[in-house]
Amino acid sequence: MSTNIPNTFSRRDFLRTSALAGGGMLIGFNLITACKEKAEMPVDIASLNFNDFNAFIKIADNGYVTIYSPNPEIGQGVKTSMPMIIAEELDVPWDHVNVEQGKLDTENFQRQVAGGSQSIRFGWDALRQTGATTRQMLVNAAAARWGVEASTCSTKQGVITNAKGETLGYGDVVKEAAALEVPEGVTLKEPKDYTIIGHDAVNVDIEKIVTGKPLFGLDYKKEGMLYAAILRPPSFGKKLVSFDDTEAKKVDGVTDVVRFGEKAIALRSANAWVAGMLGQSDKIAVVATSTWQAMKGRDALKAVWEDGSPMESTEGHDDELIKILDGSNLNTLRKDGDVKKAFAKADATLERTYESPFLPHACMEPMNFFADVTADKVHLVGPIQTPAGTAQSVAGMLGRDPKDIHLEMTRMGGGFGRRLYGDFAIEAAELSAKINKPVKMVCTREDDIGIGVYRPGIKYRIKAGVKDGKVTSYHLKEACINSNMYGLIPHFFPAGAIENYQVDAGNYKSNITTGAWRAPYTHFLAFAEQAFFDELAEMMEIDPVQLRLDLLQNVKGHKDENIQYEPKRMEDVINLAVEKSGYRNKKDGVFQGFCAYYCHNTHVAEVADVVIENDKPVVKKVTVAVDCGIVVNPTGAKNQIEGGVIDGIGHAMYGDLSFSNGTPNAQNYDKYRLIRMKEAPEVETHFVENELSPTGLGEPALPPAVAAIAIAINQATGKRLYKQPFANKLEVKELIG
Amino acid sequence: MESFTIKVNGETKTVQADADTPLLWVLRDHLDLVGTKFGCGIAQCGACTVHIDGEAARSCLLPISSVGEGAVTTIEGLSEKGDHALQEAWKEVDVPQCGYCQAGQIMTAAAFLEKNPSPSTDEIKDAMHGNICRCASYQRIHKAVKIASEKLS
Ligand code: FES
Ligand code: FES
Repeated sequence: MSTNIPNTFSRRDFLRTSALAGGGMLIGFNLITACKEKAEMPVDIASLNFNDFNAFIKIADNGYVTIYSPNPEIGQGVKTSMPMIIAEELDVPWDHVNVEQGKLDTENFQRQVAGGSQSIRFGWDALRQTGATTRQMLVNAAAARWGVEASTCSTKQGVITNAKGETLGYGDVVKEAAALEVPEGVTLKEPKDYTIIGHDAVNVDIEKIVTGKPLFGLDYKKEGMLYAAILRPPSFGKKLVSFDDTEAKKVDGVTDVVRFGEKAIALRSANAWVAGMLGQSDKIAVVATSTWQAMKGRDALKAVWEDGSPMESTEGHDDELIKILDGSNLNTLRKDGDVKKAFAKADATLERTYESPFLPHACMEPMNFFADVTADKVHLVGPIQTPAGTAQSVAGMLGRDPKDIHLEMTRMGGGFGRRLYGDFAIEAAELSAKINKPVKMVCTREDDIGIGVYRPGIKYRIKAGVKDGKVTSYHLKEACINSNMYGLIPHFFPAGAIENYQVDAGNYKSNITTGAWRAPYTHFLAFAEQAFFDELAEMMEIDPVQLRLDLLQNVKGHKDENIQYEPKRMEDVINLAVEKSGYRNKKDGVFQGFCAYYCHNTHVAEVADVVIENDKPVVKKVTVAVDCGIVVNPTGAKNQIEGGVIDGIGHAMYGDLSFSNGTPNAQNYDKYRLIRMKEAPEVETHFVENELSPTGLGEPALPPAVAAIAIAINQATGKRLYKQPFANKLEVKELIG
Repeated sequence: MESFTIKVNGETKTVQADADTPLLWVLRDHLDLVGTKFGCGIAQCGACTVHIDGEAARSCLLPISSVGEGAVTTIEGLSEKGDHALQEAWKEVDVPQCGYCQAGQIMTAAAFLEKNPSPSTDEIKDAMHGNICRCASYQRIHKAVKIASEKLS
């Protein structure tokens, strides 16, 4: 096993305390680095500064706890689960804990917690340490008052008890505790003693969500704020020549019509990651007193565009990617043995090509951002996952001191990777600087899908050789637009399990902007690879689950630090999925597809159940077995898994963003089809119980779902699926709500 | 711009807006009722669902000029204390992921349960099929509607 749980820490420089002017104790801590030497602790809540601390805990005189964290919430539940970890070690009842969104208003963005699905993994030790250290200070304060050794005292549910059975509430000793030295070497709880971790806690924002309170970027308002709709190039490759704004200016409420974007173009050339709406052309903003008037003004513009670079199409991309797979101009990302030789010696080989189109993120909340650029400061507010990079880009673009940039994050109406890119925030900042007014840039759905940062089209070709009933060679080629798989992905299963193994990758450079999409690469690679293994098992006439289990045997004892999937953990999820799904005892009329996959540090196995209704395959249920270590918040974790599975199925079945002449053919939900309720199967989740450090769940359940349904559909229909969206081949009717 | 007087959540409101302004933007920009969300603007996603005289309506395509005497209810006015059976069920089931679509989901479900207080599984699916949840919290939405219906009937 790769992880264990250290139960003592010697560091203490990450935490400071102060007594609050109005009563109570304040603990400031920094999850990522130690606090600066001169870091000053505030003595009132209004002046919490997140420069040196990235979160605060307040313990009031009545023992109630408030956790202030500027951590953004994107829908992955970290705003709930991270405070749960603190509260567990602090040893307070969860219903005495309040979680508040801290204002991120800092000059030092490096210390900002990213908030993605890996937050839990990175925060686990630090959050426990914070809770435990604070608890120890309270105990020390109580012990000092009683004149006893701290080691003779214990805590439970926010109450400290000494050997004589006398008790003090946390609130009773906060004042003294705030004045104490931060202790070293505190002891953490044993997982068996957890009372909060492992128990369901409802989303901390639930009340606001169900009553419609302002939470999201689109909901943000500031006195005097105007709204902007932007006319951007109609295609990737077009450039603005000129425009006529006579009609736009006649629209009531329109205050400004401006051509802008030169600064973003310059920025784009310097920062390749700045993508999407920036960099290909300047554009025109129509600013008005309301969203609708801005949109009307924008629609009244007449613009002339010219071709700046070639207008690309899906057919062209398909040709280019196939050429890459057919050619020899690929980079080798991992090579074991000699696949060529092994293929030559094989009794049989299987080669298949898997294809998928571009996908937009189509977050429910369209891209938007507020900016108010003044001589004093640059105030930015909105849904963004990368405040650090975005603030730096804005500072660079506007030639401002990074200290002038004040960025506040709001709750995000979905991210899926789209809000990693700061293009929309940069755009708002440039516009506000140009018109000298506070303005919120609002995208329509068409803006959002029509000129986004997309998951690029990808094709995989996989070939395997079998000799004497064993898989002896495996060669995977990736052809992708603009980029290729990264990090340890080439070392995922079946690396290490097959003697002759090779992964090659090549890409085609396009002017269409591309980027990360929920579970980057693995969301499609898992399908290709696992569907391939299913077909390989069929060719070898062995049970597909057994083929995986046999291959895993070869990895045991393997000493290769690049290989991070663990055969034992993989076997555990496989066995759990098989057991819970009734895989070996299939019911009549139910066709099942099995898949096991490791990505994002998490092992998952899934079994999909498909039935035939009205001559069409219907996915009824997906049984999921997950090993994500300790499950901090089971309801939140399951919510992520259910969402990931259905999202994966939805995009594999229907997701299709084709391009003609540089323009996406679908720009709204009428043509870009997302999965809806009647198409969503039941998802049943089972966790492998262990005491290993937790891993994130926003991503890893998605990739295996696609293979599981494709395999089950093959069982049901005899149709092997190689190309997404599957609905095309299955001739599933359009279902519009 | 013209002056329009509409009834929202039991109050009478007068706004200055172009006649073609969708009710959605009047609610959000003019009346500060931002619980009603913008998702698509073409009546495809249901994020903007409100009630007009108790019927679910998509406010993104409904011009302010055609609201007339209709009594508009938004998520903010669904219940006084946030304790409508559906809101309670949403909390019990812990439905939301990002949460953005949920006001529209609840409003669609509320109008539906008014008409059909004890629906079957398939009837719930039919009724909720028009509302997109990009985070795909469908299983929990379904469960919460079911629980609410059991409490209401
Ligand atoms: S915003 Fe009205 S249905 Fe989508
Ligand atoms: S919860 Fe995110 S769109 Fe429904």
